Amino acid sequence: MSNKQYKQLSFILNGKKVSASVDVRESLADMLRNEFGMTSVKKGCEVGECGACTVLINGNPYDSCIFLAAWIDGKEVTTVEGLVDIDGNISDIQQAFIDEAAVQCGFCTPGFIMSAEHLLNTGKRFSRDEIRKALSGNMCRCTGYQNIINAVENTMDKRLAEKDTEK
Amino acid sequence: MYDINHFYEATSVEHAVQLRVENPEAHIISGGSDILIGIRAGDLAGCDLISIYMLDELRGVSFHDDGTIRIGALTSFTNLAEDPIIREHLAVLGEAADTVGGPQIRNIGTIGGNTCNGVTSADTASTLLAFDAVMELTGPKGIRLVPLTEFYLGAKKVDLRPDEIATAVLIRKDHYKGYHGVYFKYAMRDAMDIATSACSVNVKLSDDKKTIQDARISYGVAGPIPLRARSAEKIVKGKLVSADTVEEFAAGALEDVNPRTSWRATKEFRLHLQREMARRCFVESIRRAGGSV
Ligand SMILES: Cc1cc2nc3c(=O)[nH]c(=O)nc-3n(C[C@H](O)[C@H](O)[C@H](O)COP(=O)(O)OP(=O)(O)OC[C@H]3O[C@@H](n4cnc5c(N)ncnc54)[C@H](O)[C@@H]3O)c2cc1C
Ligand code: FES
Ligand code: FES
Repeated sequence: MSNKQYKQLSFILNGKKVSASVDVRESLADMLRNEFGMTSVKKGCEVGECGACTVLINGNPYDSCIFLAAWIDGKEVTTVEGLVDIDGNISDIQQAFIDEAAVQCGFCTPGFIMSAEHLLNTGKRFSRDEIRKALSGNMCRCTGYQNIINAVENTMDKRLAEKDTEK
Repeated sequence: MYDINHFYEATSVEHAVQLRVENPEAHIISGGSDILIGIRAGDLAGCDLISIYMLDELRGVSFHDDGTIRIGALTSFTNLAEDPIIREHLAVLGEAADTVGGPQIRNIGTIGGNTCNGVTSADTASTLLAFDAVMELTGPKGIRLVPLTEFYLGAKKVDLRPDEIATAVLIRKDHYKGYHGVYFKYAMRDAMDIATSACSVNVKLSDDKKTIQDARISYGVAGPIPLRARSAEKIVKGKLVSADTVEEFAAGALEDVNPRTSWRATKEFRLHLQREMARRCFVESIRRAGGSV
């Protein structure tokens, strides 16, 4: 290994502007966990297969284990920590995972929640098959997926109903 | 931590080329969804990287004056699947891109990486081949255009010089105008799986929809590199649309493929798939072009 190389970067993490000096060999997952304490970002496979490390970058889901930290300069990142409100209350999609028993060991849960959050943020209605496709980059070895899809579908229905009553 | 020896970050295409000239041993990294996996696996451990990921000028789809469609090398699979120009003129390419991995991989993986990796199973490669796509390579002396049919040299080997980077994929107007196509990916799972074999067909019918004016067919995982089945193309050119023509096309396709047995499937099973995919893609392409068998 040659001399360590660092890059200075600033980005938005869960709505706040932050900066860091990062080793260019680091993944975004490592930086978020080690430098910023974002331990919702799980490392399951570290080769882009399982989705446990999913975060939103500029609103879209990425596997942070295969995204170099050096590339995050100037971008916006959201993790599960960013879904909690100022009083510490969890969001609707997190609550739905609890209500639907969509969590067993819980290791895959933050990744699923971020993929689901991307889908829900579009404000559109999706079929169960479309939800499945949107979650197909996330693996769960415990639940058998049905309750996870239920949680996403219920949250989608609730958000769309709320949008209708606002009109 | 990735085992990277030195990391060079390009700030422009010119800078990327200059970094290539100065560091001929270094690998280009675009989205990294092949390269970083290779570093983890050990094959590429300790390598030098030239990152071009931050070059937004290489993202997106546009038209040249002559109607050629230009796809920037860093355009992601998601961008391809959602782009309005692709949806209107190269719909099958967007559909092929949409079969890659899962949403996260489609956000990070690029068309430049999917062609320059020289991999036979690359989902956009066979479709691009069936469009006679051309690689735009930029080096110190300027741009070199290489047809995709000549770009593949062997398994994981492409005609990219050590001082070049791929800057775009080009598709000429006469290669897409009037063509309708279908991509078929046969894999064990509906997502997060690479093709056991795959087939892409483009068909152009006569105005009365009765005659095959032109057909192009290519395969992934039918040989060490993505390949065209020219025998099938020759057989049906100018023929009437009919069930017999479909059978001749499917049989003809087998003359050019050369699959092997791997842990995913046997040679015999792949041959069976390749004939069946040719048949189905051809029939569906004819239907999309307004004809019927
Ligand atoms: C979990 C997972 C699932 C996957 N599923 C699929 C799948 O279903 N179908 C599929 O086709 N692929 C799949 N892939 C492979 C990969 O995502 C694609 O091949 C992708 O297109 C690679 O693009 P990239 O930008 O990430 O490439 P990189 O890893 O950055 O580069 C790939 C290769 O191309 C070279 N290169 C990249 N860009 C350029 C350029 N502009 N000029 C010159 N050389 C360049 C690099 O040096 C390297 O050799 C998968 C990968 C993972 C990790
Ligand atoms: S840890 Fe990133 S995809 Fe598995
Ligand atoms: S709850 Fe255990 S992996 Fe999903």
